[in-house]
Amino acid sequence: MTGPLDVARIREDFPILTTPFKGKRLVYLDSAVSGQMPRPVVERMGRYAQLEHTNVHRGVSTLSQEATDRFEEAREKVRRLVNAPSARQIVWTRGTTEALNLVAQSFGRPRVHAGDEILLSAMEHHANIVPWQLLAQERGARIRVIPMDDDGELILDAIPGLITDRTRILGLTHVSNALGTVNPVKEITALAHARGVPVVVDGAQAVPHLKVDLQDLDCDFYAFSGHKMSGPTGIGALFGKAEHLEAMPPWQGGGNMILSVTWEKTTYMPFPGKFEAGTPAIAATIGLGASVDYLEGIGFDRIAAHEHGLLVYATEALEAIPGLRILGKAREKAAVISFVMEGIHPHDIGSILDHEGIVVRAGHHCAQPVMERFGVPATTRASLAYFNTEEDVDALVAAVLKVKEIFG
Amino acid sequence: MTDPRELYQQVILEHNKKPRNFGRLEPCTHRADGHNPLCGDRLELTLWVKDGVVEDVKFQGQGCAIDVASASLMTTAIKGKPLAEVERLGEQFRAMVRGELDPGRQPHDLGKLSMFQGVKDLPVRVKCAVLPWATLHSALQGEAIASTE
Repeated sequence: MTGPLDVARIREDFPILTTPFKGKRLVYLDSAVSGQMPRPVVERMGRYAQLEHTNVHRGVSTLSQEATDRFEEAREKVRRLVNAPSARQIVWTRGTTEALNLVAQSFGRPRVHAGDEILLSAMEHHANIVPWQLLAQERGARIRVIPMDDDGELILDAIPGLITDRTRILGLTHVSNALGTVNPVKEITALAHARGVPVVVDGAQAVPHLKVDLQDLDCDFYAFSGHKMSGPTGIGALFGKAEHLEAMPPWQGGGNMILSVTWEKTTYMPFPGKFEAGTPAIAATIGLGASVDYLEGIGFDRIAAHEHGLLVYATEALEAIPGLRILGKAREKAAVISFVMEGIHPHDIGSILDHEGIVVRAGHHCAQPVMERFGVPATTRASLAYFNTEEDVDALVAAVLKVKEIFG
Repeated sequence: MTDPRELYQQVILEHNKKPRNFGRLEPCTHRADGHNPLCGDRLELTLWVKDGVVEDVKFQGQGCAIDVASASLMTTAIKGKPLAEVERLGEQFRAMVRGELDPGRQPHDLGKLSMFQGVKDLPVRVKCAVLPWATLHSALQGEAIASTE
């Protein structure tokens, strides 16, 4: 695909963007919290629910076989999207958080013992901190942290010194939800692998915005969520290297994950089945497959180019406002702009923007250690997607100027 | 939706900029920490209560303008008041920001505190306005921590 995005045409796929919200044009700058679903995704789920639904992996009915086929096709679409070697290495979860908990419990627990260390980056979302803290507390292990500099870039030189012979796992976000920083996952993975440490990557903010090639990155696990990538909530995926998935014990037990059950012994399905107990979110999974089709139809090169253009435009416009400071100035940055304004709390900014029909996130972004690192309680964050326009950015800037006017 | 200008009135903005009774009483007879887990607002309230009267009160912490101005105005409103009156003010304040008491139509003792009535139209901000009062309640009940969750 070449040429710029036809954003006007794309926006027609999102009724929420074209329907007035409380009498105002809705300016949605909160895709890092949750993306919006385009019409083809919603329609695909509706068609499934109305005409194709039954349980999957059950029975001999044609209806069930076809539902299973659609469900497994979505797995293949996601495999292709992230260039995993095999669709079997894509495990369905409720989202990134559940995927990371699965890794902590099933992969982490047998490996981590008293005195061991888990190394995490300073810019992790709580979803890639708390599961490891739970494990560390249970096992008597400790968490160590890869520091970042004032621009919001990880200090790579610190990593070799932080990896010891007690380091069992390195956890890393691909793209920081709070700062927008795109981390050099491939380079960090190579550093960790040189010392025999497996790498778990939170890809929730990366998958919607850039082309992810898991065979190139070479990380051991990679987790992401449907609702951040134009798909529905309640579905996400965990990629794992085959040798790990093979060796890991099941995490939850139940139907769907077994080959046979007797009172004496239960034999589990091979992966991914052994990690997918119970009836899955079938409509959401098929919807996620449709969102992959949609994003690939637009093209990741064009998505990235469009979002980068908006990022540059918005950064320049916001930085021109006296008293406004942007946190996160990484050289490689996704279209996430976190900012603070002198003497004005982000929640007050958020409320005034809300009144203008502008949806942003005001808060700690589930990344309190990042806020602490920069010495702020919270920030206001605008996150841009392929359906946003310069007009949206202009509306943001005008509303921020209004905040300044009100607060004097 | 109320225009934010109706909420962010001069008095609120001014108390946010220059909060009254800011700091910490040492020693104190009552204290509590309040926090709003949703947004990370925190405040510490310390009181000196003698013979059932709030003789002195101070707060410190960080929060949005609504939170800080509410805390500041609360301290000025309760200083020198008997506990029964303080408790009644708290009840009226909560009722007002929840839309259950209209200070324009119903009797109340809220005085300047009534300027927070606009918060009722911003449901996500009600907790910010109420946090100082929830913390006060905890302090007087002898609980160390208050949360608006």
